[in-house]
Amino acid sequence: MIKVRDISKSFGDKMVLDGIDAEFEKGKTNLIIGSSGTGKSVLLKCIVGLINPDKGNVFYDLRNFTDADKEVKSEIRREIGMLFQGGALFDSKNVEENVMFPLEVLTKTPLDEMRDRANHCLKRVGLENVNKKAVSEISGGMKKRVGIARAIVNNPNYLFCDEPNSGLDPQTSILIDELIAEITHELDITTVVVTHDMNSVIGIGEKVIFLYKGHKLWEGNNAEITNSGVAELDDFVFANKVMSQMRDR
Amino acid sequence: MAGFGKYMIFLGSLFVRRETFATYYKLILEECVQIGVNSALLFILVSTFIGAVTTVQTAYNMINPLIPRFVISQVVREMVVLELAPTIMALIYAGKIGSSMASGLGTMRISEQIDALEVMGINSSSYLALPKIIASVLMYPLLVILAGVCALVGGYLVGTLAGILTETEYIAGLRSSFNQTEISFALTKSLVFAFLIASISSYKGYFTKGGALEVGIASTGAVTTSVIAVLLADYFLAQLILR
Repeated sequence: MIKVRDISKSFGDKMVLDGIDAEFEKGKTNLIIGSSGTGKSVLLKCIVGLINPDKGNVFYDLRNFTDADKEVKSEIRREIGMLFQGGALFDSKNVEENVMFPLEVLTKTPLDEMRDRANHCLKRVGLENVNKKAVSEISGGMKKRVGIARAIVNNPNYLFCDEPNSGLDPQTSILIDELIAEITHELDITTVVVTHDMNSVIGIGEKVIFLYKGHKLWEGNNAEITNSGVAELDDFVFANKVMSQMRDR
Repeated sequence: MAGFGKYMIFLGSLFVRRETFATYYKLILEECVQIGVNSALLFILVSTFIGAVTTVQTAYNMINPLIPRFVISQVVREMVVLELAPTIMALIYAGKIGSSMASGLGTMRISEQIDALEVMGINSSSYLALPKIIASVLMYPLLVILAGVCALVGGYLVGTLAGILTETEYIAGLRSSFNQTEISFALTKSLVFAFLIASISSYKGYFTKGGALEVGIASTGAVTTSVIAVLLADYFLAQLILR
């Protein structure tokens, strides 16, 4: 479980996050949703330590991450897997090397075992016979899958996904969402997904946190989201014409 | 001054939370190939022509018949060893390797590859920049030696083939009043320049913010700052060692 307590962050005069409290549960896909510029990615970066919050703390299973020294932070980070918006795969390495990378640098696993593990993870995300391909040779959806394979290769306890569907077609988006949810349940890990895709919310939102102008306005799950009674959330959920028509019926 | 302070903190961060020796060993070897082997042809080409042109121009300026011809190759040797091989090549090195380092790291920054390393618990500055700096310090002195030899060979070829001076005169000039300290001075300069270029370029690339445009700006900034740092260091080292 990950707990976020009173997180605030400003850039200059602009308050991006204001006193966010949240809990992300183990074995569930926890979604952070909200419109663009509302602080979702900043909150995610505060949680993984890529941005230092001005105030507040993040706890990984009761371990205070924000105030920890660099060594402890490094230890906790080794339990984290993260899928970045653009994949963030290393251009200088091929697909297999990208997936093996965390094992290569962070463990003393023999090469054969690393290769087996990488192949297992690639197979798990539905990719086979692409091991030797360069990153530039694979599609956007494949890059996301490779990113997921790399994120899970080290058996993480925490999985973070920053806009996993951005730039993907609707079918591939659903496949990626399903993959994230399956992996979360299979490995029984805490998964946090930042998204503004309503298909993801409806499909995999076992726990959903809605951010609005740097504040947490609502918390619930995908079954409750259409009856939240929060006007700002309704505007977000029913912004799509199809969703709006469904509500009116 | 804030930039200098940030640069010093960056240098300090290279030596904390390092990965295993085996990891660095592999990365350093890769960088050595990238820096050394891939730059050798350019260095051979440029230095050979510089040596040749220096010989022709020195001969052109030696119009007094009382000055023996071997002085031409003596002057070429002094210029090559003291300045052309370590310093002029450093400017070319900054343009080729420095800009490549800065743009490579800048691209990694804007495409979140550096963030990915950090999230994995890897000290990204140490993992990415330290091998580049070590490889640079290892390879640049070798490139300077190569450049020095090529420049003297270039001077020899042009000097003898164009009838400026004989083979015996050229070699006599190279050996005349030779001071070994100059070689030590040139190699000391090459070590300092290699460190400055690699560390400044890595720093500029590592802290790139924005998009593709900023990667270009970081790359240009890396070359400009490296060149200024090399020229300043050249002056101070000359004052310090040759006085």
